[in-house]
Amino acid sequence: MLLTRAYEDRAQELWSKGLVVESLHGSQGQEAIGVGVCYGLRPDDVIIPSLRTRAAFLVRGVSVRQFLSGMLGKATGAAKGKATAHHMGSKDAGILLGSALVGSSIPVAAGAALAFKMRDEDRVSVCFFGDGATERGDFHEGLNLAGVMKLPAVFVIENNLYAEFTPISKHFAGTSLAARAEGYGFPGVTVDGNDVLAVYDAMSEAVARARAGEGPTLLECMTYRQRGHSSSHPPTEGRDPAEVESWLKRDPILLFKAELAHRGLLGGGALALIDASVAEEIEDAVRFAVDSPLPDPAELYRDVYAPAETSEAAR
Amino acid sequence: MTTIAYREAVQRALREEMRRDPAVFLFGEDVAEAGGVFKATKGLLEEFGPTRVFDTPISESAIVGAAVGAAMMGMRPVVEVMFADFTTIAMDAIVNSAAKARFLSGGEFSAPMVVRMSYGAGARWGAQHTQSVEAWLMNVPGLTIVMPSTPYDVVGLLKSAIRSPDPVVVLENKQLYGKKEDVPDEEFFVPIGKAAVRRPGQDVTIVATGYMVDRALSAADALAAGGHSAEVIDARSVLPLDVETIVGSVTRTGRLVVVHEAPVFGGFGAEVAAAVGAQAFGYLAAPIERLGGAWSPIPFGQVLIDEYLPSEQDIVQAAQRAISA
Repeated sequence: MLLTRAYEDRAQELWSKGLVVESLHGSQGQEAIGVGVCYGLRPDDVIIPSLRTRAAFLVRGVSVRQFLSGMLGKATGAAKGKATAHHMGSKDAGILLGSALVGSSIPVAAGAALAFKMRDEDRVSVCFFGDGATERGDFHEGLNLAGVMKLPAVFVIENNLYAEFTPISKHFAGTSLAARAEGYGFPGVTVDGNDVLAVYDAMSEAVARARAGEGPTLLECMTYRQRGHSSSHPPTEGRDPAEVESWLKRDPILLFKAELAHRGLLGGGALALIDASVAEEIEDAVRFAVDSPLPDPAELYRDVYAPAETSEAAR
Repeated sequence: MTTIAYREAVQRALREEMRRDPAVFLFGEDVAEAGGVFKATKGLLEEFGPTRVFDTPISESAIVGAAVGAAMMGMRPVVEVMFADFTTIAMDAIVNSAAKARFLSGGEFSAPMVVRMSYGAGARWGAQHTQSVEAWLMNVPGLTIVMPSTPYDVVGLLKSAIRSPDPVVVLENKQLYGKKEDVPDEEFFVPIGKAAVRRPGQDVTIVATGYMVDRALSAADALAAGGHSAEVIDARSVLPLDVETIVGSVTRTGRLVVVHEAPVFGGFGAEVAAAVGAQAFGYLAAPIERLGGAWSPIPFGQVLIDEYLPSEQDIVQAAQRAISA
């Protein structure tokens, strides 16, 4: 969580200086979800993060170097400079390619779960998306298909109360997004998305269900977007200051630090050590990304189709 | 040799590939129990069981989207979009997820999958069950699109499509499902990206797709009766397009007629005409003729359908205009 937070803050600085060329969709305030969920998984499970699940990439093993290089549009970044880091895939890290169309990853994640079920593998497919994505037809189509087929999938809603600029009260007339799961024949669970241990516990239950062949779970994690929709927008413009204040008090990092202190696990300057290691990793990545080359223009024509020899061999 | 219908050719290709590769599987609306609305997948559930052949909810976006996820996880899904018109619902999954999977992952992932769909006017299916959608999809890098017009090509192209490392859209013409032909009993393939010269000729080149190939061949018979020799080329694959075969033909005949079912404006014929204009301009003895569906939604009643589609007579007249120019 500290690494993700430091990453987001540093990336925002670099964006302000024009070094980060990707429009940032900050995850500050939502770090506990990606962390809690991914710690509930095995390395051979797969995930598709949302545009705001930065923590998931880092927990699953995508290096800060590669991720940041992608945001700078460098050849060492996502898809060798051809894709945004926000939706990058990584075969090694078990991260499937996402989509910039919110919600479109939901059927794709169901399809990965379908592959696991067909091959009788006890792997799980996880899809992260925001509250706004639950209004897409793909949410309905994907969850319905997963429910009917009892697929080993967990659908994680990062309910940060805003769909871009629109508050949830203006895009959802119901009282609970998790309750929608009932219509698809599987459980919907609401959890405090700023409590990393609560997320982990809820995720562990959902994963156990999926591995046991009992089908999907819809996990609604209540959280708050501490920044604007993207780096181009003022952080909390147009929102009730009391709302912002109350959520900042429930910042997931503050909560977890308090919990660790309560359990007596922060002795020996542990936090300072973590902070120092995080800072070192981030600054190393900044140097790496800045020094990395831009893509060769010829890169544009690669990976549109399989190399010709592959196609021929396949026939 | 065995005589099989176009719909049986679909079954044969799927059966052969599913026997060969356990990763190949089939799903879509009513493809299993019902054997498909055109019976093109009949018998597959019985042979391969409900794990590999299954029905889905009416959810074209989830059908194609799930195929992308399964393909990225090493499967070789074949999905059916029952009527090509329903592509509109699955367009995001086809264009933004399937076609871009390899590029956006720098080659780490790919989506080797087949999207079969029935297309074409002629019978009374109405405006939302008959469209030819190839032009909607031809502008999408990463996609491959084939339009078989014979049972032989259905077998050969569908098998090549299933083995392709990238997503392939197979457009099956619903007017042709009952069309029969002798095909070899031994395994064969039709390479993607190669047109077929269905009838050699010297006076005019007619390039056609799908059901329009049959009409072009009938038109060629009529032209022959009038002393003109037409070369009929079945494009077979519209993306990639076999420009070499088409341009080679036009350099000999000096005249080109292109025929397809979709409307002329922005259609497949425009791309063929542009390729010929760019590469064989000096050989052209007459303006290029393009024939396609009328600039209207596809109508329901037979009189209007007959008015909508290019007829054999339309093709004959276009060829005669080119020859006499």
